[in-house]
Amino acid sequence: MQTFILLLPQLILFLAALVVFGLDLVGRDEKKWLPYVALAGTIVALVVAVYLVVAVELPAGPVLGGTVALDSFALFFQIVATLVAALVIISSLGYMQERTPYRAEFYGLLLIACLAITLVAAAADLIMVYVAFELLSITSYVLTGYLREDLKSNEAAIKYFLYGAMASAAMLYGMSLLYGATASTDLSAIASALLGADASLRWLIFPAIVLLMVGFGFKIAAVPFHQWSPDAYEGAPTPVTAFLSVGPKAAGFAVLVRVVLTALPDFRADWVALLSAISMMTMTLGNLVALSQRNIKRMLAYSSIAHAGYILIGLVSWDLWQSESVFNGINGVLIYLLAYLFTNLGAFAVVIAFEQATGSNQIEDYAGLMQRSPVLAGTMLIFLFSLTGIPGTGGFIGKLFVFGAAIQIQFYALAVVAIVNSVIAAFYYLNVLRYMFFQPAVEGASAFKVPPALTVTLAVTCGLTLIIGLYAQPFLQLAQSSVRLLGI
Amino acid sequence: MSFPILTVITFTPLLGALIVFFIPKDKEDWIRWVSTIVSLVPLVLSFMVYAAVRANPGQMQFMEEYSWIPALDVYYRMGVDGISAVMVLLTALLSTLSYFYSAYTIKDRVKEYYFLFLLLQMGMSGVFVSLDLIFFYVFWEIGLVPMYLLIGVWGGANRIYASIKFFLYTLAGSAAMLLAIIGVYLYTGTFSILEAAAAHPFADNFVLAAAAFWAFFIAFAIKVPSFPFHTWLPDAHTEAPTCGSVILAGVLLKLGAYGLIRIVLPFFPGVFSYYSYNVPIIPILAVISIVYGALVCMAQWDLKRLIAYSSVSHMGYVTLGISAAAASLAMSGHSEGLMTSAVIGLNGAALQMFTHGIITGGLFFLVGIIYERAHTRDLKSFGGLGAKVPYYYGIMMVTGFASLGLPGLAGFWSEFFVFRGTFAIIPVFACIGIAGVVFTAAYILWKIVQYVFLGEFDQAKWDEATHHAKLTDMELFEKVTMWPLVLVMVLVGFYPTVVVALLNGASIALLGKL
Repeated sequence: MQTFILLLPQLILFLAALVVFGLDLVGRDEKKWLPYVALAGTIVALVVAVYLVVAVELPAGPVLGGTVALDSFALFFQIVATLVAALVIISSLGYMQERTPYRAEFYGLLLIACLAITLVAAAADLIMVYVAFELLSITSYVLTGYLREDLKSNEAAIKYFLYGAMASAAMLYGMSLLYGATASTDLSAIASALLGADASLRWLIFPAIVLLMVGFGFKIAAVPFHQWSPDAYEGAPTPVTAFLSVGPKAAGFAVLVRVVLTALPDFRADWVALLSAISMMTMTLGNLVALSQRNIKRMLAYSSIAHAGYILIGLVSWDLWQSESVFNGINGVLIYLLAYLFTNLGAFAVVIAFEQATGSNQIEDYAGLMQRSPVLAGTMLIFLFSLTGIPGTGGFIGKLFVFGAAIQIQFYALAVVAIVNSVIAAFYYLNVLRYMFFQPAVEGASAFKVPPALTVTLAVTCGLTLIIGLYAQPFLQLAQSSVRLLGI
Repeated sequence: MSFPILTVITFTPLLGALIVFFIPKDKEDWIRWVSTIVSLVPLVLSFMVYAAVRANPGQMQFMEEYSWIPALDVYYRMGVDGISAVMVLLTALLSTLSYFYSAYTIKDRVKEYYFLFLLLQMGMSGVFVSLDLIFFYVFWEIGLVPMYLLIGVWGGANRIYASIKFFLYTLAGSAAMLLAIIGVYLYTGTFSILEAAAAHPFADNFVLAAAAFWAFFIAFAIKVPSFPFHTWLPDAHTEAPTCGSVILAGVLLKLGAYGLIRIVLPFFPGVFSYYSYNVPIIPILAVISIVYGALVCMAQWDLKRLIAYSSVSHMGYVTLGISAAAASLAMSGHSEGLMTSAVIGLNGAALQMFTHGIITGGLFFLVGIIYERAHTRDLKSFGGLGAKVPYYYGIMMVTGFASLGLPGLAGFWSEFFVFRGTFAIIPVFACIGIAGVVFTAAYILWKIVQYVFLGEFDQAKWDEATHHAKLTDMELFEKVTMWPLVLVMVLVGFYPTVVVALLNGASIALLGKL
């Protein structure tokens, strides 16, 4: 019974998806209310997840045959996933309405993807990791290619799929090496098998770590496994891009954190070296390439690559002995993800609204947006400054915590690279602001209104971006209490 | 709980910004006057603070402390001593004058303009009253955003380049400062500026202390700006709208100098004195700023750019005064005379912050006034204006003479104090720096007074340069803007104690703790 209650959010999401798929088959009318069923499902799941965090005592060990760890870390990602799904569904309403007559599956698939994220975050067994990951990947591929009349959407899906299949294969190979070395797929059992293992195992474990990182790096879009993301982001329907930029990324970080901390604590030196290098490359390459982008979806794609690099700093700065300190690294990962989630979804909501009104995604077409739609320009200003990391926004709190962790553990080089990068990043974020505020609109560009649904997304994301920045305490408490993972 | 006067001073502009936000866009006069009137509240209150702090300027007063982010030990900490009280007053005064002057001169996107300007005022006052490093940093960066937009939207022809350069330079500095703030926190366990200063972070590790010192110093030196970090300033000042330049020169540059006094000197006295005396990098940068800035002024033909470079030169005195105070710590024989010189040097630096704010603020208003008429700032197109616009000529003369340090006007005392302090501690740099005073006199008299006002007025040349602009003397609103500034210049010129009393108490207390 206890297990059943703890799995309620997942069950609700699954049920909502079934209802959406099922009702779509009944009758021939358009059923404009179906998205709202999906939305209701995510909101109920969100409320239940929050309730679980606040009021329910969590089990001491993994459930469902040791495959699912329902700890506060997993619950944190349930909240994240359901929030993302809810906001993406709201943002999709008008956009999908205009572009395709087949919409019910879209929302059903989003629910499944959301469910997959919650499972990935809770996976305590390599098999479960793989299955949940594939569930997320496959739904993401379909969502990316959802506009089947649109060649770019198709191209994006194919690219995403090919890269994804490669990455999954590599990851599976890594898992099989781990299994070969330890005779177990259970994360805690792997850790205990590796504890005090003789040094000769290292030649097996290090390649396994590298191969696992291919899979995880693909999901979080870290360099050098990032090439799919600009194309997928650009071609996918914009609400899906918004989803990809936060949902799978959060899932990737969840599983990465859990696997390295639970299964590989004794090989910390190895994965820290590897991930530090990946982090530096990811920040630098993401930001440098973003500088030259002219399409806002591509720019945000490279920006979200760079942000994955910043978040990785939190993970590599984790130190078991300092898990109770203010900057313990993992709380930085979580608070950064939370702030980034709202900020990036908000920025994409602006992109969606702009695309719906003008049909364009080119940055130069944002010229004079301040005159055309002060709401969009004003909220975009806040989102871009949050991405830059200006105080008063959530992005600053996230950066403060990951940089703080890096300094605490004396990874000064990492901190300095990150700082230099955040200055580089300011340049391309400001470039968008420059068009919106400083350039006059082109001849004939008229003012336009933001659709009500998107206004809701903007209000929620902008509000939370500012609240995290100005009154971070409850979010920090949530992040701090979610650092507790099972089995470490 | 007593009346939270500093909170009210800091956040009244925010309230004003919210009011402006809800006034419809087309009610422009409402926006203009509501902002100006709202800004009287911090102005009056900062006079009250100023008067109250006089009694005991070495003590932090009007302290407020509330927990803000308990998970991070971040507090909402405010307080003022003599130096901050003077700076808060300067901020409030120049802001009110800017709103007033803009009410007549800004015609474009009025609502956004006032909204941003009020936010800017909040950021600036906040920096001067914060006593918590994160709180300080938040205000420091928040002020950046409206200034960036003010330059970018209402600036001159090259505004886009200037605005982004301003933003990136400052951001680069403050990013480094953030790392240092975290380092200080991890070492001392507190974000409180006063407690961290008392703990002397990294006093046992010169390498780390020097790293943190340079991170803070560069962040502040960019803002001051000290050579070689000054290159953003001429662009930003030249392109900014008139009141943007007034606030940039009048207040924003002081944020950097204030940071040196409030944070760098008390946190890292050992390293600061090492780099001021043993390896005198900082006084060298200061005198380069002074002399090079003044020489570059002499080569300018754009009046606004000239005054922008004069800020580089004049802010060099501030850095020089602070570094002299720091250098005294490294000298053997900590005698009383040395201590007095250090206090005088620091007083001079702080007074220079105030007088430069008033004087250069005034100069930028005056440039704005002539630009409104001529739509050019090219010195070659002026000449002989003295007879045509006598009132303007008079005000410019007073302000210009104050800038070059004529005794009897405000600028004299601050330079005198700086050199008096520096000469006793690091005489070589005082001797080199004094050359700056000569060059300053040269560019004010030769470039400004002679090229703009003296000689015969040539109507044909004026018409060609300005496309037949009408040349009129100052309007009443322009006079009203300038009067308070001229009054302060004369008042401080004759009776410097009115300000120095506050600075002196604060300097003694500050240096006494090192």
